[in-house]
Amino acid sequence: MTTATKPKQKSDVFHQYLRPKKKFPNVWCPGCGIGIVMGAFIRAIDKLGLSKDEVVLVSGIGCSSRFPVYLDFNSLHTTHGRALPFATGVKFSRPDLKVIVITGDGDALAIGGNHFIHACRRNIDITAILINNHIYGMTGGQGSPTTPSEAFSTTTPYGNVEKHFEPCDLAAAAGASYVARGTVYHAVQLEKAITQAIENRGFSLVEAISNCHTYFGRLNRKGDGLAMIQSFKDRAVPVARAGKMSEEELEDKLVIGKLHTTGATEFCDEYQKVIDAHKEK
Amino acid sequence: MSETAQSENTGSKPKAQSKYDYSKGPLPLNINMSWCKACNICIALCPQQVFEPDRDGKPIQARAENCTQCTICWVHCPDLAITSNYK
Ligand SMILES: Cc1ncc(C[n+]2csc(CCOP(=O)(O)OP(=O)(O)O)c2C)c(N)n1
Ligand code: SF4
Ligand code: SF4
Ligand code: SF4
Repeated sequence: MTTATKPKQKSDVFHQYLRPKKKFPNVWCPGCGIGIVMGAFIRAIDKLGLSKDEVVLVSGIGCSSRFPVYLDFNSLHTTHGRALPFATGVKFSRPDLKVIVITGDGDALAIGGNHFIHACRRNIDITAILINNHIYGMTGGQGSPTTPSEAFSTTTPYGNVEKHFEPCDLAAAAGASYVARGTVYHAVQLEKAITQAIENRGFSLVEAISNCHTYFGRLNRKGDGLAMIQSFKDRAVPVARAGKMSEEELEDKLVIGKLHTTGATEFCDEYQKVIDAHKEK
Repeated sequence: MSETAQSENTGSKPKAQSKYDYSKGPLPLNINMSWCKACNICIALCPQQVFEPDRDGKPIQARAENCTQCTICWVHCPDLAITSNYK
């Protein structure tokens, strides 16, 4: 009889962070990984001991961008692709706040791709959680910049002829100071990555690999939500082990963990230095 | 079925019978059946095979005594429907 053992982790922390008029059950399809990312995010905030007033959640449009609808933080649910510009404005005027952007692969890399690289380049202290389900979920399964070559979507009915973006590589190359990848199968590691990303002073990207079984799964015969989530278990390789693997071995694998960090200076700090240096004495 | 069992499973239509012995304390988990969308994730991922689906596909703690409070089911529930009764 083992039921009386204390759980290794609190299970009900989310109650205090949901909006009082809880809009549950949530809008996502049964088994959609976005909800798992939301759980990991709440546990990360709770672990960091951040108050609701210290946190600003900013999102654009998409299934993943519906996140702030459920959570009781300061929030901005903005237009498609423009979460990062809004977040930049908030952070720039209130550098004391923790600004967190929840975005999808289409939101961040298609319509918002330009904003994404420039937020990375400035290394402004924003944490972006990019829920990458490799397709446009909300609008019916169109191809996105992360849809893999040859994969099917409603706009690539004969297979995608384009190459895809790797959001983590893009962010690291553009100047982000913390880059990590996780999957919704690895929910505890994902929570750890989100915690580290929020602690990092500078632009942080956490790419959360998630399942859109309703479109990506159905069109590419990947099965239901559970089957897709379990496939992330088989495809994931921790970053330490990936270093010892050849490129062929890493084909189709998901390298997870902390991928890239720099000690680059942060945008608001540097701006403040300019203000201080030029203040009239 | 005891009083406790009835209140633990509110919302699920026909209740799969759990042979759980309530003299040992409440069921290990509280499952919010009105938030659960029967996605099967908790049922499949539980390493102790604690769950069986009811007629709607929602989890019943059929082998409750096996639960080790390992956290796997509640960190993977996309609908935040599972909490532990042993806080
Ligand atoms: C300016 C503008 N263009 C297009 C749309 C339609 N639109 C809404 S969500 C979306 C794509 C969402 O995809 P993604 O960001 O990957 O999020 P997901 O739904 O997959 O989580 C598009 C194209 C819009 N709302 N606004
Ligand atoms: S359409 Fe796809 S991304 Fe949107 S809720 Fe459904 S499974 Fe999730
Ligand atoms: S806590 Fe672990 S053992 Fe208990 S029901 Fe959940 S997954 Fe199974
Ligand atoms: S994981 Fe959550 S939503 Fe899915 S069947 Fe279990 S309790 Fe229901």
